[in-house]
Amino acid sequence: MKDGVTFYGETVSSRLLLGTAQYPSPAILSDAIKDSGSEIVTVSLRRESTGAKGGRAFWDLIKALNVRVLPNTAGCHSAKEAITTAEMARDVFDTDWIKLEVIGHADTLQPDVFGLVESARELVAQGFKVFPYTTDDLVVGEKLLAVGCEVLMPWGAPIGSGKGLNNAFALKTMRAHFPNVPLVVDAGIGLPSHAAAALELGYDAVLLNTAVAKAGDPVAMAKAFALAVEAGRLSYHAGAMEARDMAVPSTPVLGLAFSES
Amino acid sequence: MIIVNGETMETKAQTVAELLDELGYEDMPVATARNMMVVRKRERAETKLNDGDRIEILVPMQGG
Repeated sequence: MKDGVTFYGETVSSRLLLGTAQYPSPAILSDAIKDSGSEIVTVSLRRESTGAKGGRAFWDLIKALNVRVLPNTAGCHSAKEAITTAEMARDVFDTDWIKLEVIGHADTLQPDVFGLVESARELVAQGFKVFPYTTDDLVVGEKLLAVGCEVLMPWGAPIGSGKGLNNAFALKTMRAHFPNVPLVVDAGIGLPSHAAAALELGYDAVLLNTAVAKAGDPVAMAKAFALAVEAGRLSYHAGAMEARDMAVPSTPVLGLAFSES
Repeated sequence: MIIVNGETMETKAQTVAELLDELGYEDMPVATARNMMVVRKRERAETKLNDGDRIEILVPMQGG
């Protein structure tokens, strides 16, 4: 069974959203996206010192893959910067989708949740469909929904750290608190097992980049993540057993040889 | 004198569209802003440049 996930009315079958940065080559990026099965990839806007040629080559490569793009506002440290960047991204990429990042702390790249809510409010008013990169704070989640976000993307761990789900309890609480909101673990995922764990918690999808791009074999790792996400989702639907504190034999005890009865 | 992507430059261009032509960006996928306000594709020909303007010209790039 492979059920889809819906973001702002658009349904995709892959629950893996993939970043496009830091790959060893454009060809490896292209193959990794294909083998990941991902239907949504993140992109950005930057100054290009050598003219727009690099930008055009990259954009042509992405367009040829026939995937949805989710432009980001990575690196923005204020609501104003993020809003302007989002407006520029919409003009180039022809999409209302925006992965909204407002960075509050240089070392941890922790979201500035105040600037995030402020810029989300403005962007929603302008017709954007906002995918906010946020913390696992429930109150912030409620504020983001109140200003019109229809998806939440809490971090698993700091961006690029590969540490996985630092606070599974908080993520689980968030899932329970927002049962009908698409939730995506964004950032911090380093291993396919982390991605599977997020899906097992009932998260709708994961968004990652470095774990694939910086793998020894990014294309193989992209495939590994695709399988992990599917396994995690199946596991969530299958319903996991309850953990116990004591051993319980799995082989029947009845009819055991050498027993007294 | 204007500032393009953080660097000061002289230009004969009167509008954002002319500036893109002058810098060789014509028909390239770029996003533009003038003094922190987006200038959409359809607005570039009418958006006049003034002395001291800060122009951003951004291109699609890899992102996470």
